[in-house]
Amino acid sequence: MGNPDLGAALFKKCQSCHQIGDQAKNRVGPQLNDLFGRTAGGLEGVKYSKSMSHAGRDGLVWTEDTLDSFLESPKSLVARTRMSFRGLKDAEDRANLIAYLRAFSKEETPAPELQATGQGIEITLDPSVLAIVGDAEYGEYLSSECLTCHQSNGSNDGIPGITAWPTEDFVIAMHAYKQKVRPHPVMQMMAARLSDEEIAALAAYFSDLD
Amino acid sequence: MKLNRRVFIGSGAAAATTLTAPMAFAGGHGKPRVVVVGGGAGGATAARYIAKDSKGAVDVTLIEPSRMYYTCFFSNLYLGGIKTIDDLGHSYGTMAASGVNVVHDWAIGVDRDAKTVTLAGGASVPYDKLILSPGIDFVEGAVAGWDLSSQNAMPHAYKGGSQTELLKAQIAAMPQGGTFAMVAPPNPYRCPPGPYERVSMVAHYLKANNPTAKIIVADPKSKFSKQALFQEGWAKHYSGMIDWIGDDFGGGKVSVDPGAMTVTIDGEVTKVDVCNVIPAMKAGRIAELAGVTDGKFAPVNAIDMSTKADADVYVLGDASQQGDMPKSGFSANSQAKVCANAVRGALTGSRVFPAKFSNTCWSLIDTNDGVKVGATYEATDEKIAKVDGFISATGETADLRKATYEESEGWYAGITADMFG
Repeated sequence: MGNPDLGAALFKKCQSCHQIGDQAKNRVGPQLNDLFGRTAGGLEGVKYSKSMSHAGRDGLVWTEDTLDSFLESPKSLVARTRMSFRGLKDAEDRANLIAYLRAFSKEETPAPELQATGQGIEITLDPSVLAIVGDAEYGEYLSSECLTCHQSNGSNDGIPGITAWPTEDFVIAMHAYKQKVRPHPVMQMMAARLSDEEIAALAAYFSDLD
Repeated sequence: MKLNRRVFIGSGAAAATTLTAPMAFAGGHGKPRVVVVGGGAGGATAARYIAKDSKGAVDVTLIEPSRMYYTCFFSNLYLGGIKTIDDLGHSYGTMAASGVNVVHDWAIGVDRDAKTVTLAGGASVPYDKLILSPGIDFVEGAVAGWDLSSQNAMPHAYKGGSQTELLKAQIAAMPQGGTFAMVAPPNPYRCPPGPYERVSMVAHYLKANNPTAKIIVADPKSKFSKQALFQEGWAKHYSGMIDWIGDDFGGGKVSVDPGAMTVTIDGEVTKVDVCNVIPAMKAGRIAELAGVTDGKFAPVNAIDMSTKADADVYVLGDASQQGDMPKSGFSANSQAKVCANAVRGALTGSRVFPAKFSNTCWSLIDTNDGVKVGATYEATDEKIAKVDGFISATGETADLRKATYEESEGWYAGITADMFG
């Protein structure tokens, strides 16, 4: 558990855009009261990037875990976020900052239950796999197979949206299906016959869609 | 094609080919021409993908008699009262607006030497590549006592649209305690689980509106797609209503009398109120007229869906000999993308990628009780061959069955967007 007092000092980096606490207003960035359990891109009147709005619509909710990912490298979680912050590389710093943020959430509401298929499962991938540069044109052809079920406009009607996913997350998810660690028989089957290059190609193509 | 610096550089190989070696394309337009016959899951997808991916470099004409396409898939849900007919209808308007030349006419002949398609309205349409996706037609004489002129008394409702509406009206008009009969088809036929989803959906409707009504199915087959799942569901939701008579019990020895409204199964005559006859099927007739069929369907090369008979003619979907894939809308849509990629490559020099196919069929047994079966496939020299598959299991939780049904809704939105834009 992080130290909120140390987190308060770290929050100075955020203050140029974000307010928190009593009478906090939306400014360049949204105010951060009651952040925990909030759907990404969820505040009225805030000009979120399409990336952020889509992420929220696809099920991204601010929790300790998602905030940890986001704060480490915002663009890796939300590809074209307007939050131009390089990221907090130190895990302890992030824990402290998150503890500080949590103090301003009335109640940590549990994240709305995503479908079982939406659970992120951690797998470790060899860095060489993550380093493969995807052939986006090949990815476009391969994507046609996905698009019968996953709609190209990113909407989420019984089948989750897969646009605007950061490349790395896309690759990890597909490998998690391929290794049969992440549940869903259809996705496990689809991923099973995709090579590492093909997964990279798909990731490259989908990350460009917004 | 208006050439400016950006287009020239961006189009790469395609532009270079057109400038340095103009081919003698049909009609002397300078643009290669693709004609697609049939605007269903296969044809609409192929036409749309070739037009959009070639960015106007290929002239695409779609010949489709209907002005409004009513999906056969999900039509059982309409029979069950879960969908409206409008839910099933899709206009070709967006496709026309996105660059496909949509012609509402019947193709009545193909001259493969002259490379033209003749339309009922009299026009002759030239092609460089022809894609036939005409669905199915029924085999004459397949069910004793039934021919196409009987389709009003005993609908097949196996092509989406007015036949579906007719069948629904007949079911709604059944007297209390009446009998719905189905004559199921022999293999191979379009949509393997289709007749059994239909039985489920009719039972769903009758349970609410006519609970003492009965359903009998005369089936020339001894087993059917997702059988364990359907029978589990029928016992659970519609106990006592459905009598499935398979081949082992004479279900294959059937004749019907549309005038008297009777069905004779293995010698036993039964008076029925509604009779859904689903006869044996063959490729949509234009494939036969084009001379690309061998027996009932058209043999194709798995790598690009070109016919074995003619390298410039392709057949998609139900009309093809599609190897291990089932005849389904999903399969037709999958094959269309492989075909579109190959055709565009052949005509413009764009990159051609290896064929990958897949299929998933969802069936709704009762409200929020959905099941599915599916597989992935690859192209071999011999056929489209199955790689891996999955199927729902009996005894699944209600939550999973509900999620499975909701997936099918997501799929329907996806495939119709894929077909029509």
